[in-house]
Amino acid sequence: MSFRTAWRKSVNIVMLSLTGACALVTVSVLIFILGYLAWNGASAVNWDFFTKLPKPVGDTGGGMANAIVGSAKLLLIASLIGMPIGIMAAVYLAEFGGKTFSFIVRYTTDLLNGVPSIVIGIFAYAVVVIPMKHFSTLAGGFALGIMMIPIAVRSTEEFLRAVPRNLREGAMALGASKWKTIATVIVPAALQGILTGLLLDVARVAGETAPLLFTAFSNRFWSPGWNQPIASLPVMIFTYAISPYDDWHRQAWAAGLVLLGLVLVINIVSRFVMARRAAFLRG
Amino acid sequence: MNAAATVRAMQTAIPATTPGAQETSEPLRFKIRGLNFFYGPKQALYGIDLDVPANRVTALIGPSGCGKSTFLRNLNRMQETIRHTRLEGEILLDGQNILELDVVKLRKRVGMVFQRPNPFPKSIYDNVAYGLRINGYKGSLSELVEKSLRRSALWDEVKDKLSHSAYALSGGQQQRLCIARALAVDPEVLLLDEPCSALDPVTTAKIEELMFQLKDSCTMVIVTHNMQQAARASDFTAFLLDGKLIERTVTSKLFTTPTDPRTEAYITGRFG
Repeated sequence: MSFRTAWRKSVNIVMLSLTGACALVTVSVLIFILGYLAWNGASAVNWDFFTKLPKPVGDTGGGMANAIVGSAKLLLIASLIGMPIGIMAAVYLAEFGGKTFSFIVRYTTDLLNGVPSIVIGIFAYAVVVIPMKHFSTLAGGFALGIMMIPIAVRSTEEFLRAVPRNLREGAMALGASKWKTIATVIVPAALQGILTGLLLDVARVAGETAPLLFTAFSNRFWSPGWNQPIASLPVMIFTYAISPYDDWHRQAWAAGLVLLGLVLVINIVSRFVMARRAAFLRG
Repeated sequence: MNAAATVRAMQTAIPATTPGAQETSEPLRFKIRGLNFFYGPKQALYGIDLDVPANRVTALIGPSGCGKSTFLRNLNRMQETIRHTRLEGEILLDGQNILELDVVKLRKRVGMVFQRPNPFPKSIYDNVAYGLRINGYKGSLSELVEKSLRRSALWDEVKDKLSHSAYALSGGQQQRLCIARALAVDPEVLLLDEPCSALDPVTTAKIEELMFQLKDSCTMVIVTHNMQQAARASDFTAFLLDGKLIERTVTSKLFTTPTDPRTEAYITGRFG
């Protein structure tokens, strides 16, 4: 074997191992995080954690029921704001948009996606919290909703564009107007993709902390209605983690575990829904 | 497939012309005069005059890129959905200029079947019912769905699985489903854009047999690459070349005694 061949072979082996190692790192990071959270937090994840309010400072025990419900309420508001705007804008971009305006919209959407979440929080503080004069679920949901828009737009647009042109033509040839074609054929055809994209979008903002710090703030009690400060899992993790109490640290780990579990469940459910629909289409 | 269809599929040069089909005996469904069509600055059709008699099959043949699909897609104004296109001339449907008709009503009267089967990602039933639903049909959907599936000779194959996905059907079944979907709104005219080019010969024979049966109630215009198919399945044939109509006559005549040397050159396989 000549030197060149040996050299090439060894470069090949080195590069192969390098890329493989990096791929392995990607996988192991998630497993490591999951394991670490479980190791530290699993002991605090019990029935009380899901059903009880936080105990007063100094007492041990209690749970984060209010923060779990709070996160759900915030995500509901966020979805009500982010999803319709995202979907409609995507339909516009994919189906109606002219060149220049679409370009501007896409470009701005990408920029919005890059805006640091804390800045989104300040924005929501300025336009919702200040006029209302207090922190609220609405303000927090608004901030998260804004954060959802860019991904909702881009993922929905992508799936709408993937619908083959001959389906559009099939509907139009039956006398469907453009809007009817979009509503009855194109969106349903892209629906599984759109839904998956939206669920992943929800999962992404579920862990956002910064935009909630001065919009939803937090709350150690239940927050009835939509007009009061509200607890959420990420903000609870933040406050508990920087506290000096061991019991709170444990609960922060537990909250992290629950949050990650929630995100994983959303992911798995959306993929399952997608697989079911794909199976239906295959017949 | 019944024996008659098989025989028709086997015959290659002898057209299955409806007895008595002649140049002037039928009322005209479409009357096209001086049709020019442009993609941006590029002209695709040049001054086409064509008559389409009612309840007959008119075939459009010609080499790839000659404009036959473009022409067909103008008859239900499908081309106007493509940006930067322009149409000149007159297309009369039962004497009315189609540009003056409401496009939704026009497309209800002039159905279309595409080159590749394009069922919607819905159940078989919902595919057929689609046109009825969007047109706000008030009567019994199931009845019309069954009737349309029977007309497209698909009923017996799908009656037990109407709720299954249309994608579970074979290509030929999907194409017949698309025909049923078009028939459900009871169109006067059916435009077929190379409906068999993605299908195998047996399925093709089924579709041709179906076209033969539909003639009682429907006028058909079919674009085809396949000259045998034009010869078998049509009453009239028009030959297009480079966006111009070269010759249009009774199918048997066009394939036996064409008047234009270019037609003869094409049908004898010297080009195209």
